[in-house]
Amino acid sequence: MSTLIVVEHRDGALTASTTHVVAAARALGTEVDLLVAGEGIDAVAAAAARLDGVRAVLTADHAVYAHQLAEPMAALIVACVDDYSHLLAAASSSGKDILPRVAALKGVPQISDIIAIEAPDTFKRPIYAGSAIATLSNHAPLKVMSVRTSAFDAVAETGSAEIRALGIVVDNTLSTFVGDELATSHGPELGSARVIVSGGRGLGSGENFKLLDGVAAKLGAAIGASRAAVDAGYAANDLQVGQTGKVVAPDLYIAVGISGAIQHLAGMKDSKVIVAINQDEEAPIFGVADYGLVGDLFEVIPALESRL
Amino acid sequence: MKVLVGVKRVIDYNVKVRVRPDHSDVDLTNTKMAMNPFCEIAVEEALRLKERGVASEIVAVSIGPKAAQEQLRTALALGADRAIHIESEERLDSLEVAQVLARLVAEEQPGLVILGKQAIDSDNNQTGQMLAALTGMGQGTFASRLEVTDEEVQVTREVDGGLRTLALRLPAVITTDLRLNEPRHARLPDIMKAKKKPIDSRGIDTVGLAASGYLRLERVETPAARQGGSKVASVDELVDKLKHEAKVL
Repeated sequence: MSTLIVVEHRDGALTASTTHVVAAARALGTEVDLLVAGEGIDAVAAAAARLDGVRAVLTADHAVYAHQLAEPMAALIVACVDDYSHLLAAASSSGKDILPRVAALKGVPQISDIIAIEAPDTFKRPIYAGSAIATLSNHAPLKVMSVRTSAFDAVAETGSAEIRALGIVVDNTLSTFVGDELATSHGPELGSARVIVSGGRGLGSGENFKLLDGVAAKLGAAIGASRAAVDAGYAANDLQVGQTGKVVAPDLYIAVGISGAIQHLAGMKDSKVIVAINQDEEAPIFGVADYGLVGDLFEVIPALESRL
Repeated sequence: MKVLVGVKRVIDYNVKVRVRPDHSDVDLTNTKMAMNPFCEIAVEEALRLKERGVASEIVAVSIGPKAAQEQLRTALALGADRAIHIESEERLDSLEVAQVLARLVAEEQPGLVILGKQAIDSDNNQTGQMLAALTGMGQGTFASRLEVTDEEVQVTREVDGGLRTLALRLPAVITTDLRLNEPRHARLPDIMKAKKKPIDSRGIDTVGLAASGYLRLERVETPAARQGGSKVASVDELVDKLKHEAKVL
């Protein structure tokens, strides 16, 4: 048995998510190969080759794979996945976009968002916004699965796998890249941050939302947001933590002015330590918080910043 | 242009799900059901395309139990022109749903298919991408903005890091994200009128679906409850506990 992992990269660098997916693949007990596709990907391939436990890094370097659009990526993966028993990618916006397209082209189902591997064909995943955990067995000849990266520890980067160019070029007449509007973030990436400071509707405005920046800077934290805060325009969409946004599990999650709807809890309740700061002592967020502080966040946040 | 929209009947998003005592599945008996919130956004986007003169006809499709006709009636009350119901009491996986939808796409030849990006029961986020693959169409997943011209649709997508815009050749499959639009509510007179709109209901056996049996649900459990609820009285106490008790600072 062997596993192929679709490597994610951005701005010429490997994203942290891949290191967690490799850990999941190693838990399967199979050989592990990585696929790096894009345009000008030498540095990404070299970084991928350093991940522990990787047998080979396969590369496809061509303009058609620039921006990793789902249509050419899926066609490429279909062309090189025949020898594998498992196909994995991170359950990121890119993995979610590409993997199901591959699964359907191969005529096999997909298991999304796996959080545990019971056996090479048996997996656990959350359903109903994490209100229940399903155990599924997958009997397909190719087991396609996206991995919830927060559920697997990253592997070390001390390996030296072989890098092999595939030389496969596919056509894409279906989709064209038009442009990106990427948020400029100052702190660490939300998905891999050790500490996250997250704001909700309680902050009241986009201007007030910036109050969190000071605390986040002192803690080296990433900024997150509830759906309510994103819908209200206080924070960018890619900061949303929850059932339909990002699922995170940092060492410390500080929820500020977030009431704690089940959809939000689904995205952060596996954090190691949760702090809730909210004016409403009945807010459901306190039910999952290790340390709750009832109070006016406009007084608490500056006070917290000054004591860190 | 004809627009096909998917509608799934799911547990109401405000209802907390219970696991069956025998762990075979969740228990949905006597549970309030509703249209999947992402499907509501899909229906709304189709309505707006029709109001802008881009869409000429909206066909709502649901695959599920007989009761799924309630959600199709809702789609009709909102303004869909007609509905197709593929009746299946068995639960299908996303690939099987995509295979049935692909059959309907071949039959209806829509210019655009709009589906929710995920259903809030299985949280799979697969069907749209699978349908696009099976029909050879391009896919615009997690859409927050659509602009349709004669030959293409420009889709702005919510991705990690921000927004990405793609141009897709038509026909194409779109899956909706939360901020594509704010769905309207059906008005009472329209709910009455919707009762006269046609629902073409057929059994799942009529679409020639060959179930693979590849996936088996072995067990469903309630996750370990988190022991929360402790309170601190001040910022000083909070910082002290984070440093010395939780040791995360």
